[in-house]
Amino acid sequence: MANLLLRHRDIPDLHKIDVYRKHGGYEALHKAITEMTPQGVIDVVRSSGLRGRGGAGFPTGVKWSFIPKGPGEKYVVINTDESETGTFKDRELSEKNPHQVIEGAIIAAYSIGAKTIYNYFRGEFMDAGYAMEEAIREAYAAGFLGKNILGSDFSCDFYCHYGAGAYICGEETALINSLQGELGQPWSKPPFPAVEGLYRRPTVVNNTETLANVPLILVNGADWYMSLGTDKSPGVKIVCMSGHVEKPGNYEVELGVTYRELLAMAGGMRDGKKFKALLPSGGSGPVITEKALDAPLTYEGLTPHGSVMGSASVIVMDETTDMVWAALKMLHFFKHESCGKCTPCREGTFWMEKLLHRIYEGHGTPQDVQTLESVANQIGGRTLCALGDFAINPVLSTIKHFPEEYRAKVQGSANGQVKAAARTAVA
Amino acid sequence: MHLAQHEYGYLSDEAKREVAEILGLDPTHILSLAGFYSLYYEEPVGKYVLEICNDLACALRGADEFVEMASNKLEIPVDATTPDGLFTLKTVMCLGACDHAPMLQCNLRFEENLDEEKFDQLLARLRTEADEPSVVEKITSYAIRE
Repeated sequence: MANLLLRHRDIPDLHKIDVYRKHGGYEALHKAITEMTPQGVIDVVRSSGLRGRGGAGFPTGVKWSFIPKGPGEKYVVINTDESETGTFKDRELSEKNPHQVIEGAIIAAYSIGAKTIYNYFRGEFMDAGYAMEEAIREAYAAGFLGKNILGSDFSCDFYCHYGAGAYICGEETALINSLQGELGQPWSKPPFPAVEGLYRRPTVVNNTETLANVPLILVNGADWYMSLGTDKSPGVKIVCMSGHVEKPGNYEVELGVTYRELLAMAGGMRDGKKFKALLPSGGSGPVITEKALDAPLTYEGLTPHGSVMGSASVIVMDETTDMVWAALKMLHFFKHESCGKCTPCREGTFWMEKLLHRIYEGHGTPQDVQTLESVANQIGGRTLCALGDFAINPVLSTIKHFPEEYRAKVQGSANGQVKAAARTAVA
Repeated sequence: MHLAQHEYGYLSDEAKREVAEILGLDPTHILSLAGFYSLYYEEPVGKYVLEICNDLACALRGADEFVEMASNKLEIPVDATTPDGLFTLKTVMCLGACDHAPMLQCNLRFEENLDEEKFDQLLARLRTEADEPSVVEKITSYAIRE
């Protein structure tokens, strides 16, 4: 099947508005504004079964329907913070197929009655930002943004905002705080953004990839979209393949393909090495091993294996990978990115990194592994946002699947054979 | 804060106080923001800040070894600046370009699929560009450009 989201791979210069329009671009917006009511748009998106592609998987149409009807400022915020380790799909979309995201966002704004769209880019995505700003200018010139869009009484403006470097700003309430010029720290929900979001007004926050699906759904219909993927997880998904594969990169697939098929798509294991494990959701999901490779890539597919699809950022590791080292790398990331608001996450990740570092360096004891688990379990479920739970996943799951590697490290130290660190210390 | 950093190269205490004054905010508010976000530098940096991602996905493709090579080549440790004030070397968290590892951002521009040879070329190019006045325009972040 031809790409639906990564269409720029088949169509040269798709980032230019005339090329985009030649290939059906902005027809969905035209249809929405001239033929459909805002509620009608929400209903179609809801019945298409589209779910959030940022990782949480919340049904998009349902999210839009939570926005109170009636007058008053409302906002659409696009989440292009994309900072999860192993994720690089929104950058490609923003840079190479920006109009599809813009069109989706304008349709979202029309459906909830928002007059303003903000796109929150992570501060490092300047190149992607340049490309999208250019596309926005084209969209204004063509009358798809600004006053009285397509001759209707619907008016909408579009602004890009750049973060300044913080993983946590991908969490929707932290993102809203950051957009307001505050520290990017999450708040305790409720209030949900749909009720009190940006500037305390009703706000929809959608992932970039999610919005890129919307024009397709309006043009081809909800039934068509439902026919793609699986019953519970319809549609297409961009999967980011990285690590020890021959051809790392973005792959667009129908939901329901297996992880084994994904590995094959990415050219298999690099240098013909044997597969050991993969992180299915960047740094934040528990690792899975060989026996879970036939599970489907769906929102539910990895549940029996104790993991999640998340944003579908697949980090592949071969037989040479030291799993304690991998866990330490991830924990270092989460310690660095903890926003510091909740004590269990702020303090817990700090101590876990210290313990893990000691174990990795060969100075740990079996007791340290138990303490590590104990600290992890005191973080899980005790923080405002999901970062706390994310942080413990790589550690607890590697202890579960590869206990022998932890054992070997702590036993080495017990025997007085302190192993020289094979790689540079991360901390 | 973006503007102040652009103007002074980094956010010194004076710069932070100035921002606070202009915006009518408490200086501690600006201080906390500068500390929170990783793209604000609170210490002086070189003309080119080379930030190499050595997170897990990049490290699986040789990023740690790349950092070591870069550090040897520039003859400075990570988080230091070359004596000529040209380069600062840093390691950073995931930059969202894991499929092109090893990679770095140089004043927010991504340089991807790197190896020793390409790193040499990059340094050579930057050393030449450093004398051209136009380079200042080129390296500003989008927020400044507007």
